Amino acid sequence: MAHDFIKDTCERVKDHASRKAPLAIRGGGTKAFLGALPAGEPLEVAGYAGIVAYEPRELVLVVRAGTRLAEVEAALAAEGQALAFEPPRFGEAATIGGTVACNLSGPRRPYAGAARDFVLGARIVNGRGEDLSFGGRVIKNVAGYDVSRLMAGAYGTLGVVTELSFKVLPRPPAEATLAFEMDEPAMIAAVNQWAGQPLPLSATAWESGVLRVRLSGAASAVAAARAKLGGAEVADGPAYWEALREHRLPFFDPARPLWRLSVAQTAAPIAAGHPQLVEWGAGLRWVSGDLGAARARELAAAARGHATLFRGGDRAAGVFHPLDPAIAKIHRRLKEAFDPAGVLNPGRMDNF
Amino acid sequence: MSAARAEALAALAAVRPPLAVVAEPERLAAYEMDAYVQKRETPLAAVLPEGEAQVQAVVRALGRLAVPVVTRGAGTGISGGATPLADGVMLVVTRMRAIHAIDAAARLATVDPGVPNAQVTAAAEGAGLFFAPDPSSQVVSSIGGNVAENAGGIHCLKYGLTVHNVTGLRAVDGDGDLLAVGGEALDSPGYDLLALLAGSEGNLGVITRATLRLLPRPEVTETLLAAFGSVKAGAEAVSAIIGAGIVPAALEMMDRVVIDACERYMALGLPKSEALLLVEVDGGTEEARESRAAVERILAACGATEVRVAKDDEERAKLWKSRKGAFAALASVLPDYYTMDGSIPRRALPEVLEQVYALGREYGMVIGNVFHAGDGNIHPCIFYDAAKAGELERSEELGGRILELCIDHGGTITGEHGVGLEKLRQMCLQFRDGEIAAFHAVKAAFDPAGILNPGKAVPTLKRCAEWGGMHVRGGRVPRPDIPRF
Repeated sequence: MAHDFIKDTCERVKDHASRKAPLAIRGGGTKAFLGALPAGEPLEVAGYAGIVAYEPRELVLVVRAGTRLAEVEAALAAEGQALAFEPPRFGEAATIGGTVACNLSGPRRPYAGAARDFVLGARIVNGRGEDLSFGGRVIKNVAGYDVSRLMAGAYGTLGVVTELSFKVLPRPPAEATLAFEMDEPAMIAAVNQWAGQPLPLSATAWESGVLRVRLSGAASAVAAARAKLGGAEVADGPAYWEALREHRLPFFDPARPLWRLSVAQTAAPIAAGHPQLVEWGAGLRWVSGDLGAARARELAAAARGHATLFRGGDRAAGVFHPLDPAIAKIHRRLKEAFDPAGVLNPGRMDNF
Repeated sequence: MSAARAEALAALAAVRPPLAVVAEPERLAAYEMDAYVQKRETPLAAVLPEGEAQVQAVVRALGRLAVPVVTRGAGTGISGGATPLADGVMLVVTRMRAIHAIDAAARLATVDPGVPNAQVTAAAEGAGLFFAPDPSSQVVSSIGGNVAENAGGIHCLKYGLTVHNVTGLRAVDGDGDLLAVGGEALDSPGYDLLALLAGSEGNLGVITRATLRLLPRPEVTETLLAAFGSVKAGAEAVSAIIGAGIVPAALEMMDRVVIDACERYMALGLPKSEALLLVEVDGGTEEARESRAAVERILAACGATEVRVAKDDEERAKLWKSRKGAFAALASVLPDYYTMDGSIPRRALPEVLEQVYALGREYGMVIGNVFHAGDGNIHPCIFYDAAKAGELERSEELGGRILELCIDHGGTITGEHGVGLEKLRQMCLQFRDGEIAAFHAVKAAFDPAGILNPGKAVPTLKRCAEWGGMHVRGGRVPRPDIPRF
């Protein structure tokens, strides 16, 4: 069945390419809200699931893209390891392939790296219906352009991801969450200053005048950092970070549009006029409210970053930050190179 | 002077603001090769731009004439990425060496491509920060080259490669357009062009500026040196350390040939052994101490015959001296050596090294191994004497066999030094036609006219087909279509 799935996918893509008939790639269906509106006939990929190879001592995991994220994490946890980028699921059916396609990373991202940083290899079916493998199963590999990392965040517009290999890491043995009462400017200064010190930071989140900081690492390192930072220890730390990761905190009001402003970590507070939650060492500013695309992009650009309409709102007006002309030119050519007939998730990244 | 050369020189002379152009053959000799010494060539000319606008102007001017551009930093690459093309112009970035900003609060450095790697850390040290990628050439090798090769170094297992430590790039593509990719934010909209540019070996763009992530210096670093009775025992200790949930900052191994060379060259008083393993763990004071104690237990359990622990920085420098001076020491074995750069799953280390030694015996050549054991990135050094007829060619053939061995074990032909000219042939073994075609398509997206370092990094399908015919071993195609990732 494994072989057949890839063969069938190649055939299906070839057929659609010959007719220029779009395909909407669908894994667990948990990220339909993300990106521009999917269009085309569904191409179901969640059935191609299962761990291909996992050797804890190699710190390498090879997995079929349809495997549920929950299953991947359970297998890693059984060996005391984890995906260090702490991906959100946004639903139990979430797959590892969808996670990488959207380059989704959780609270640990600024201190551990993003999904793209842990991708070692990718097997894809491109828009010509060819089964291709890039990267590998080793930590260091510079043979050929890094097409596997390119798949992270390409929203399936360059290829149907069928298999992935990852670098995995040991799960930190100890964790603690501290809370501080702080206004926004003080918070921005503090989280940046702490990140410049050898502290085992693994997450920060600020809303309504309260900064929460998570420490992860060896028990001794966590204890030493806790003593150094002060603050009040929070009892429900793990539950809070999970709720943040999954956007289940009250801040994430599903009735309101959610803007994601990814900006310089040292950027001054952004006067968005709507409630904000600031995480990622102040590099990620969530704005809950009808900010409007033009205003969101203007604010993000002023803070040396970019804005994405993450959830809700008017997706027809463009979800992602517009690209400058030279960068857009490369995008068009890459899309043309990987998917000349334009059948893979067309328009999911606005123009690509 | 050929008409083409005269035309190229005239176009370069018209670049504004005017830039330094080297055209005299005796001065061009300085650029005739990089550290891949097997190939040398005299380029049409060399230019030394001092800024981004000049780089753009040069690429545009030469693009109109279809004259290739080969970018060169410090010329330390060992795979021929900066070997000149006879009909091309060398674009040498060594005069672009400004450190534009060290932003201690944001932990970012913005630098020109010609800035030597070690100068970044030197500039950031006062703020308690460092730039993690540390290729062994770091005192000389430039940031532009580090990005173009996606350089690694000794601390990759914990701190990643260059691509993990760059947040923004500016590069001039084959059209002469300036691409501003990423920046200060943790991600950027659209496709991850930064991932493509890192490791693109001068084929997708000329790097003109980089924003680098700086990390806080760990509070404490603990360094251990362990001796083993066999390479296999040392490799097993490596797996045991990682299996125990420790991610060391460095895990470096040297075999008997290298140990003996170091001893002869530097008289360090190293333990008599078949393999030496250097382990470095870092972190908070107690954390590092705990890790060190755990590593000591594991080393003993894995049969280490002797373990030395550095008590201070001076002792640490002493323990590192053998590893850091290894390549210089190796030059004392025979006049010439050829360093390979394969990468394999760590578990395959003992077996692959056995087979590497067997190949050395088959060819009657000495091979020494000094390598990044924690990453499975091996650097077999093949010794030869270029003055003896046929030795260079045999060393290259043996090197090719070693790379094929890495492929057969699910690894890759280059872990950190790039394909360049050197490993084009093995690219055809590691990848199928479809992937090779995709690489060419990626190049065409950045450089439609194919003027940036053409002929490097990715072989043509035609050459793969020609080479393929010669590469049937043991009655089977050496590239079974097993997924490689």
